[in-house]
Amino acid sequence: MPSSGRWRLILLLALLLVLLAVWMLSLALGSVSIPLDQIVDILLGREADRAAWTNILLKFRLPKAMTALLAGMALGVSGLLMQTFFRNPLAGPFVLGVSSGASLGVALVVLSTAGVAWQFAGHVGLGGDLLLSLAAGLGAGTTMLLVLLVAARVQSSMTLLILGLMFGYLVSALVSLLLYFAVPERIQAYVNWTFGTFGGLTGDQLPILGGMVGGGLLLAAGLAKSLNALLLGESYARSLGIRLWGLRLGIVLAASLLAGAVTAFCGPIAFIGIAAPHLCRALFRSSDHRLLLPATMAVGAVVALLAALLAELPGRSLVLPLNAVTALLGAPVVIVLILQRRHTERAYPR
Amino acid sequence: MLHGLEARGLAIGYRRDARLASGLNLTLVPGQLTALLGPNGVGKSTLLRTLAGMQKPLGGQVLLAGEDIGRMKTSDIARRLSIVLTERPQLGWMSGCALVALGRHPYTDWLGRLSAHDREVVHWALDAVGAVDIAARPVLELSDGQRQKLLIARALAQQTDIMLLDEPTAFLDLPRRVEMMRLLKSLARETGRAILLSTHDLDLALRSCDRLWMMTAAALLAGAPEDLALNGVIAAAFVGDGIAFDLRRGAFVMEAEDGIAVGLRGEGLPQIWMRRALERAGYGLADEAGVQIELDSSRPPFEWRIATAAGASRHGTIAAVLARLDEVCAKERRK
Repeated sequence: MPSSGRWRLILLLALLLVLLAVWMLSLALGSVSIPLDQIVDILLGREADRAAWTNILLKFRLPKAMTALLAGMALGVSGLLMQTFFRNPLAGPFVLGVSSGASLGVALVVLSTAGVAWQFAGHVGLGGDLLLSLAAGLGAGTTMLLVLLVAARVQSSMTLLILGLMFGYLVSALVSLLLYFAVPERIQAYVNWTFGTFGGLTGDQLPILGGMVGGGLLLAAGLAKSLNALLLGESYARSLGIRLWGLRLGIVLAASLLAGAVTAFCGPIAFIGIAAPHLCRALFRSSDHRLLLPATMAVGAVVALLAALLAELPGRSLVLPLNAVTALLGAPVVIVLILQRRHTERAYPR
Repeated sequence: MLHGLEARGLAIGYRRDARLASGLNLTLVPGQLTALLGPNGVGKSTLLRTLAGMQKPLGGQVLLAGEDIGRMKTSDIARRLSIVLTERPQLGWMSGCALVALGRHPYTDWLGRLSAHDREVVHWALDAVGAVDIAARPVLELSDGQRQKLLIARALAQQTDIMLLDEPTAFLDLPRRVEMMRLLKSLARETGRAILLSTHDLDLALRSCDRLWMMTAAALLAGAPEDLALNGVIAAAFVGDGIAFDLRRGAFVMEAEDGIAVGLRGEGLPQIWMRRALERAGYGLADEAGVQIELDSSRPPFEWRIATAAGASRHGTIAAVLARLDEVCAKERRK
């Protein structure tokens, strides 16, 4: 088996190279193309040939690329945690209702009478985006606390899954009601938020997202060993000396922190969280979380960066909704991989 | 020094007003293989879960190496007691070797890295169950029997004094079941572990286990298999409609349904198998019967002769004999 371990390591390194390449591309491409050598110069603090390039790169593209990188890593890992926790391949970062909570927060701010406050905030200089982030963050955070409280009490993770789903339905019903009574411009603002974007963060806000994502990822890394044991099921995990209560809270905390942070700053970005873990399992043919965690981080980031690139078809002013692009880009890849995997399973001798 | 498992005045169940059993005093002895037997729904799994500390007892206590299991940390229990459950975990691409290595979980660092010693133990466990050749393959490609071996190897790799197995022979075909019991028996003998398994395989348990725990709704009786058989404990535990425990053969037999008796004369294997066929078809055996079956030739090709008051006929197969009996007896009934 050492040989199979080696090809997995090579694959992981190759993946990191791809990530670096896509990251550089996302800095270079856009309405104005910047040569790669100039990008390196600017990043190293040297003068660029044109001053505008420095401005574009440092003020817009770098924060956006970093946001996409962080969001992709966070969503991938959050999805992996949920899929292992619920032992369900359909689980994703949002099954616990974190994004529903965020969307309720945003809907309340954008759609309800709090719209007055919204305009007021515009006057005092609180940027609309920041207010949205605050509302979404509050919604996600409240949901997370609720889920943690429930998770500490219920015995079965299946109960938690169903509660999360029901909570989602409840919230979308409330949002529908708010939408029904809202004026069209407000509805447009809400819908725009649901499209998701990596471009909403300024350089000052980036450390907040970075800190939350970093914390969530560290927590997830600390859980890797126990997650492997959890693949056997909760009874076996417990017989191996794992305190289920602590593990469950750790997983829920890490997953909802990661998903909540991203949703607060970027909107409810679907798909990456479900797809990245599947892509990794199919690529690496492994279920070892010590490998899958870094791998889903890399794959999630690559998918997020690619989606952001495609959303802004270079050279045009048109920007596609990010959420549409992630699914359009990723779904066919996952379908092909899953079907292929079936095929290879059958091809093996039994 | 290996320690056993002891239950004192144990009461098990999910609710206080619906106890499955109470006042249980049980001991698992190191180096012995014990089988837990009993009808469905009597609480075998609940007893196993309670003994493993996974479920709180309704009364009494479970002592693991002299300590109350309810007060022990799960990480301490994990080093003394391992389990094999009936559930079939979905392990994706995990290899057999990685599955067994999970048994080292209580001993490895926070990242789960295996030391040289851990690797040795994993290899030993794989070797002990005869699964070295399948260790590199993903578990999802393996058969039920192979997977079960790996799950047992995983429990072995945990290096615990006590192993509890919930129906380890379910889902396996007969040769695999015999193999599995032989394996568990030799593991108990050679590694000095105390092994408890629940099973529905009375016949196999009678032949291979050192002790039996017969669990019924009324009580749990423990003893050597032969004692329990002689005492009538086994027959009493499984008493039911149309089925009886045959002490001579150490197995359950179906009781004759309509009680039509036939006589059977013959010897050797043909006699044994004809007798089985008659029992299966619902005939009783009697010396003084209106219908007599005789084995004419004791070497292949066998020939059977059926003699009745009305006459005699000859048949080359057991199926033909049964068909003829049906005709004859149908006439008898009409009279």
